Amino acid sequence: MSFWRQLSRGFHGLLNRRAADRDVADEVQQYLEEATAFFEASGLSSEDAQRAARRELGSRAAVHEQVRSSGWESAVETTLSDLRYAARRVRRYPAQAAIAALTLALGIGASTAIFSTVNPILFEPLPYPDAGRLIQIWDGQGGSRLDVTFGTYRELAARTHSFESVAVMRPAQPTLTGIEEPERLDGQYVSADFFRVLGVHPAIGRDFEADDDTPESSVVALITDGLWRRRFNASPEIVGRPILLNDTPVTVVGVMPRGFENVLSPSAEIWSPLRYDATLPANGREWGHHLRLVARLRGDVALTTARHEMDAIARTRLEEFPRPQWAALQDGVIANALQDELTRSVKPALLAILGAVVLLLTIACVNVTNLMLAQGAARRTELAVRAALGASRPRIIRQLLAETLMLAAIGGALGIGLAHAAVRALVTIGAPELPRVGAIAVNMPVLAFAAALTTLTGVLVGLLPALHGFNAGVAGGAPQHSTRTTGAHTVTQRALVVTQVALALVLLVAAGLLLRSLQHLFAMPPGFKPAELVTMQVQTAGHRFRDATATHRFFNQVVESVRQVPGVSAAAFTSQLPLSGDDDSYGVHFESVPRAAADESHDAYRYAVSAGYLEAMGIPLKAGRTLDTHDTSGAPLAAVINESTAKRRLPGLNPIGQRLHIGPDSGPWFTVVGVVGDVTQTSLAVTRSDAVYVTAEQWRFADNARWLVVRAQSNAALAPAIRRAIAAIDKDQPVIRVATMDERVRRSAADRRFALLLFEAFSVTALFLAAVGTYSLISGNVTERTREIGVRAALGATRVGIVRLVLRQGMTMTAVGIVIGAVAAGVASRALITLLFGVTPLDPVTYVGVATLLLIVSIIACAMPAWRAARVRPSAALRFE
Amino acid sequence: MGTTDTFNTDVIQGTLDMLILKTLSLEPMHGFGIARRVEQISRDVFKVNPGSLLTALNRLERAGWLDAEWRQTSNSRRAKYYRLTRAGKKQLEEETSDWTRRAAAVARILKAEG
Repeated sequence: MSFWRQLSRGFHGLLNRRAADRDVADEVQQYLEEATAFFEASGLSSEDAQRAARRELGSRAAVHEQVRSSGWESAVETTLSDLRYAARRVRRYPAQAAIAALTLALGIGASTAIFSTVNPILFEPLPYPDAGRLIQIWDGQGGSRLDVTFGTYRELAARTHSFESVAVMRPAQPTLTGIEEPERLDGQYVSADFFRVLGVHPAIGRDFEADDDTPESSVVALITDGLWRRRFNASPEIVGRPILLNDTPVTVVGVMPRGFENVLSPSAEIWSPLRYDATLPANGREWGHHLRLVARLRGDVALTTARHEMDAIARTRLEEFPRPQWAALQDGVIANALQDELTRSVKPALLAILGAVVLLLTIACVNVTNLMLAQGAARRTELAVRAALGASRPRIIRQLLAETLMLAAIGGALGIGLAHAAVRALVTIGAPELPRVGAIAVNMPVLAFAAALTTLTGVLVGLLPALHGFNAGVAGGAPQHSTRTTGAHTVTQRALVVTQVALALVLLVAAGLLLRSLQHLFAMPPGFKPAELVTMQVQTAGHRFRDATATHRFFNQVVESVRQVPGVSAAAFTSQLPLSGDDDSYGVHFESVPRAAADESHDAYRYAVSAGYLEAMGIPLKAGRTLDTHDTSGAPLAAVINESTAKRRLPGLNPIGQRLHIGPDSGPWFTVVGVVGDVTQTSLAVTRSDAVYVTAEQWRFADNARWLVVRAQSNAALAPAIRRAIAAIDKDQPVIRVATMDERVRRSAADRRFALLLFEAFSVTALFLAAVGTYSLISGNVTERTREIGVRAALGATRVGIVRLVLRQGMTMTAVGIVIGAVAAGVASRALITLLFGVTPLDPVTYVGVATLLLIVSIIACAMPAWRAARVRPSAALRFE
Repeated sequence: MGTTDTFNTDVIQGTLDMLILKTLSLEPMHGFGIARRVEQISRDVFKVNPGSLLTALNRLERAGWLDAEWRQTSNSRRAKYYRLTRAGKKQLEEETSDWTRRAAAVARILKAEG
């Protein structure tokens, strides 16, 4: 009850302040009257009685204030009055307020945008129950992360006790047929436990069962809510009904819940069981490194325990789980949290960007702090008056903080709007590289972050000026003429400008290092001629392509008809394309070379190509011959290897004529007929990797997804004509992932470009803010010293001398900032090391270049005030004040 | 906030609430009446500061220990009268026993020394 009384009285007091005031005033008055009456009754004259009563009560106003301030609502009232005061000041100095608010908006907006990008990737758990228990496992051959084979999966799943469930998956692109417009879908083949590992159940229908995942079982599928709505009108009857995928009937058994996010393959809309042969035929794909493995840790098992168990399993072979040489697990497996694995490639860039935005925010705060300090001159007088009128020290500090908090709030509101736009831009730029890109948005956690950040900046920005203003203005005694007051607060301001310059230098160095890395990267030869090459993937699907010869015939027809397109000078296909994200490798063993030590990698990228591929790509021949139309099925098996393979695997031997196995030892021998130059497969930064080329007809199965590479002068414009040529052969086979090779080269450095873009934006902003900081301090200083400068002029100082005086002051600050910044950058740039390529974190060219840039900008910032100072007339010494 | 114009002392810190509650347990009273009664009964040992008194009354009223109402005084002036509520009575009992316990303890310590 008393709580409600507290609350209601408080609100009453707030809402009817006049009534509440009157009530207190009445009681004070009544006390006075009673006291007077008492003193009169005790024999004093009415005048003396009144005086005695007043003496007893003391100051009526003080009593009134004391009573009124006892309730909680008085704190609210004080805050409101602080805010009114702050608003008044903001209105009175609109230009300064606008600059401060905009600067903070920049800092808060950039930080919020980066936070909303980074939060779902690095900080938020994955969108699954107990997501921390999701583990990804790789074959750790040679210390790298290889996809696992089905055999490895089967053995781990059978032998482990650390995991509740284990699942593997591989990508699939089935075509939805039997309808008006066939649609190529993104999907996955998964083992039966896939959704149990993720901990997500279908919203309608049932999950996959072990019985669905055998070669004999009929094909079933689960679909996303999105696909269900788009193609099946959200009809619940779809469950249990067959649809046609690649002309094959597939029964839909369930629909995943709306909002289900598949972080392992974000674009997948349909899943079918793998249906692999558990007897593991040695020549089937069961033993290829092509499956991704995820597992759910048991609740009572730590990851380290699970790792020990995996190591033990890898070390001890069991008879019932035979292992071929290329999947012997001799180097064990790599088991890590799924989230860490997903973000592994982008984490260094994101952390660096996060660091950069913190620096930017700091610079913005420093700038606004300096702005507030610069107001100090006018303000100190006002504060002294307020203090003289009885405002307490905490009250004055509160009022100053209220002002900066209000500026921060305005900045924060603008910043959130800015972040909204920036996030959209960031997602567009960084989308192909970022995991969980769909979860990036300005949402509740982001807004909470922005609000917290706004409060923090408001306090940070206000604290120094508040303490300073108070000390200088109030403790210093009577109001003074600000023009003569220099000292402590200018020192602080200078220190802040130095800080700004130093921080800007750190950002500029980082941007410079990234820029130079990218230059180095794009100067790397890719090993082929990317110019005038257009690439696209063509896939076959359906009954008629069950037959390998039909698939080969189709692709050969495609190449033939594309060659007829006017403007095309060469066309060929390959099973995997450099810089496309493909990663298809096989263990390679040469007849004449003894099995290498276990720690050496035998893997080589396998390219099943058409005759003329090496020529079309512009991959240079180093020895022997390339593959041609005679290397067809029935002819002797011919292989072309790259230089790295020849040097590393066949040292001192003539590679031509060497025989090799590609994949299992039970396979046929290929003979090396030629050696070609190295090609960058995964990224420009990785040059040396083994490669082996064979013709598609001589490979043991027909790849049903192949890349078409077309050399043509006006390559991009030709894409529609090429599409038409393909459609003329078979209109049902979709053409996807069309891009010029130049685009692929650029895209291969996307993470560095993304980081560079942001660092450039941040460092240019930082440079601008540092320039503004330098300018406003020097400019303010010239104004304050007008008299002194006038005296100097009167005493015969030349204009050049005065300009030099002002410039020296600015340059000293800049130089100190550069030195401090260079040291800080030397330390901070180590965080960038994984993003750098071809430059060290201490690259002298970058440091010198950036320092020069800062000096030039700083000279420009000081030039205006210096020019103004030079024009001060000696008479100003008399007139000023 | 001390009154130093007489020899009598300020009310001991923290006991003002208890003294107000005790005084009002006798009969409803207005602010000045309470001040006078405390001084009288303490034989002018204690001096009540009006600001502190009115603030305390306000606080006790909010806490629900007192009810307040404007009515006529005996000499037909209007005054704000305070009356102890049931919760206030309980609070007074608690504070009294607490105080007695402490005072006795302090007295024992002082005696032991002397």
